[in-house]
Amino acid sequence: MTTVDMTPVTEKGAPTNPRRRVYRPNAKYIPIIATLSLLMIMYSSGVANYENFGDPSVFVNLFRDNAVLLVVAVGMTFVILTGGIDLSVGAVISLTTVLTATLLKGGWPPLVVLPTVLALGALIGAGQGAVIHFFKVEPFIATLAGLFLARGTALTINQESIPIRDEMWKAISEYRIVLAEGVVTKPIAVVALLAVLIAAVTLAWTRFGRNVYAIGGNADSALLMGLPVGRTKIAVYTLSGFCAALGGVLFSINSTSGWALQGNGLELDAIAACVIGGVLLTGGSGYVWGTLLGVLVTGLIQTIINFQGDLNSAWTRIIVGVLLFAFIVLQRLVTRKAR
Amino acid sequence: MISIFKNRLFWPAAILVVLLVINMFTSRQFVTVQDGHLFGTLIDILRNSAPLILVGLGMTLVISTGGIDLSVGSVMAISAAVACLLIQDLDDQNSVGPVLLIIGIAIVVSMLMGLWNGALVAIIGIQPIIATLILMVAGRGIAQLITDGQIINVQSGPYATIASGFFAALPVALLIAVAATALILLLTRRTALGLLLESVGGSPTASRLAGIGARRLTIMVYVVAGGLAGLAGLIYSANIKSADSISAGNLIELDAILAVVIGGTALVGGRFSIIGTVLGAVLIQTLAVTVVAIGIPSEANLLFKAVVVVALCLFQSPTLREKVFGRLTPRSAAGAEVTA
Repeated sequence: MTTVDMTPVTEKGAPTNPRRRVYRPNAKYIPIIATLSLLMIMYSSGVANYENFGDPSVFVNLFRDNAVLLVVAVGMTFVILTGGIDLSVGAVISLTTVLTATLLKGGWPPLVVLPTVLALGALIGAGQGAVIHFFKVEPFIATLAGLFLARGTALTINQESIPIRDEMWKAISEYRIVLAEGVVTKPIAVVALLAVLIAAVTLAWTRFGRNVYAIGGNADSALLMGLPVGRTKIAVYTLSGFCAALGGVLFSINSTSGWALQGNGLELDAIAACVIGGVLLTGGSGYVWGTLLGVLVTGLIQTIINFQGDLNSAWTRIIVGVLLFAFIVLQRLVTRKAR
Repeated sequence: MISIFKNRLFWPAAILVVLLVINMFTSRQFVTVQDGHLFGTLIDILRNSAPLILVGLGMTLVISTGGIDLSVGSVMAISAAVACLLIQDLDDQNSVGPVLLIIGIAIVVSMLMGLWNGALVAIIGIQPIIATLILMVAGRGIAQLITDGQIINVQSGPYATIASGFFAALPVALLIAVAATALILLLTRRTALGLLLESVGGSPTASRLAGIGARRLTIMVYVVAGGLAGLAGLIYSANIKSADSISAGNLIELDAILAVVIGGTALVGGRFSIIGTVLGAVLIQTLAVTVVAIGIPSEANLLFKAVVVVALCLFQSPTLREKVFGRLTPRSAAGAEVTA
């Protein structure tokens, strides 16, 4: 985690008193450290309370079960870092699964379908970004229109669940990667982790990544510094659209079907994961690693509730809500102190 | 200024009129009198838009102070769950007194939800969109806990009346919506309240320095929004005579925000139009009815909504840009993007 600390956030935590040697984490890391501690506490309490919870496959399965959310949340992280929001991701997932299933059913070769649906997702994102930038429409409204458009299109194409019988899709779906004795995972988990890795590198070590932080910190200063604000903004929404489409492809691989009601409300899960992971919703502060931790926390809550067995699934939402509250208050305190 | 104001409501009104004219031709009964009640497509549209109008009114007040309330759908579900759970336990579900009391309790619970939102925003100082996201996520879980994951059915005559009853030839739901609209119009436009709300939305700091209780006003609008959402939830659940904590008010926050935006209220706060919101809510409902009426499958409704949103945003955009670039410095333009 500490490998990624090249963000253009001013270093206020520089030691002023050399005699005090107590380790004090930089304020910008506090939310992420809190999330990591929470994750470890939750995991160890799970191991202590439930039989077989300590089995490595439980942890490995978190990545498999939350692969789609992870990919989408990575795209969302970029958007939120610029101070925007993307409500359309869940709908883009549904459109992607429906379109993939329909095209494959229509006999399109899978190697043509894949780039087509990914490009479409990116195109939807770019369109939203363009509307937001050129027409000064609020991101909330523009992506809301995108949500209606994508889900409406998906529902118009087909309301039923469409099975995918394509050989390539089935092969990927059934492929298992053996990590160790009795610990297997699916390709989709690997794709999701790759997405996290690429996003983290992009955000930390590229000009684009720095522009994203700069715009989120203060769009006016970024503009005055001569940074390409418009281009970067459109790019993050394009990226988010692409990630959503990729999430949709993973979804269609996992379920070997396409359904227009897929991914309903996923945008909120993604936003919640970002917030729990310490990404500031006002923009300019946060890491993809935090988002990864946020996704794992929400996934672990679900796992614990499954292990408990007698808990109502409604508790997932309530616990996520409570965690959201705790982390938002924590962020609030941290940012207030930093000021 | 007056011409700009007219301009902002011109497009929504024009689209509404066109849609209504289409309905006039496609529906067999547009407005008729039957058993002393008004019936027909127009009445159905107005009756069914009552929950959205109520939610939209609360949303308008919240947005006027520069906030936003994402939790209204969850509050609707909680209010419906509380009401149906209590009514189910009544000895006589048809007695008017207890049902009215229960409706009161449900609305008070909803207002407490609003108080929670308002406290998070005004006292702790959390961004409204995140503060209300908490209740949006957790609220539906709470509603599911109240109903124990089941759909609670009630057979209460008085309860059903608030959705499907008639009073003086008009649907009760519509009358409730009209009364709420009239009350809010009166309070905001005939007293200084509206001006104070706009000043808080324009600049909370400046209004606080000017001696306005910005914090108290902010909490108040969230409480009112919660109460109105609760009322909308009751009408919704009375209409289907049950509490469905999953689908009650699902995505209504987006429709309500849409209604507010169509009505020409800027999401950054500082200015609002109650009539515009009502117009927007009726427009959204009319669109849903029209899509079905002209034979397009109902699943295309979302597609049409998207087209309307995009069209409206683009129509309204030149004035917005003129406002942003002409009168104010670019700073507030960027601020507008960030707050969204």
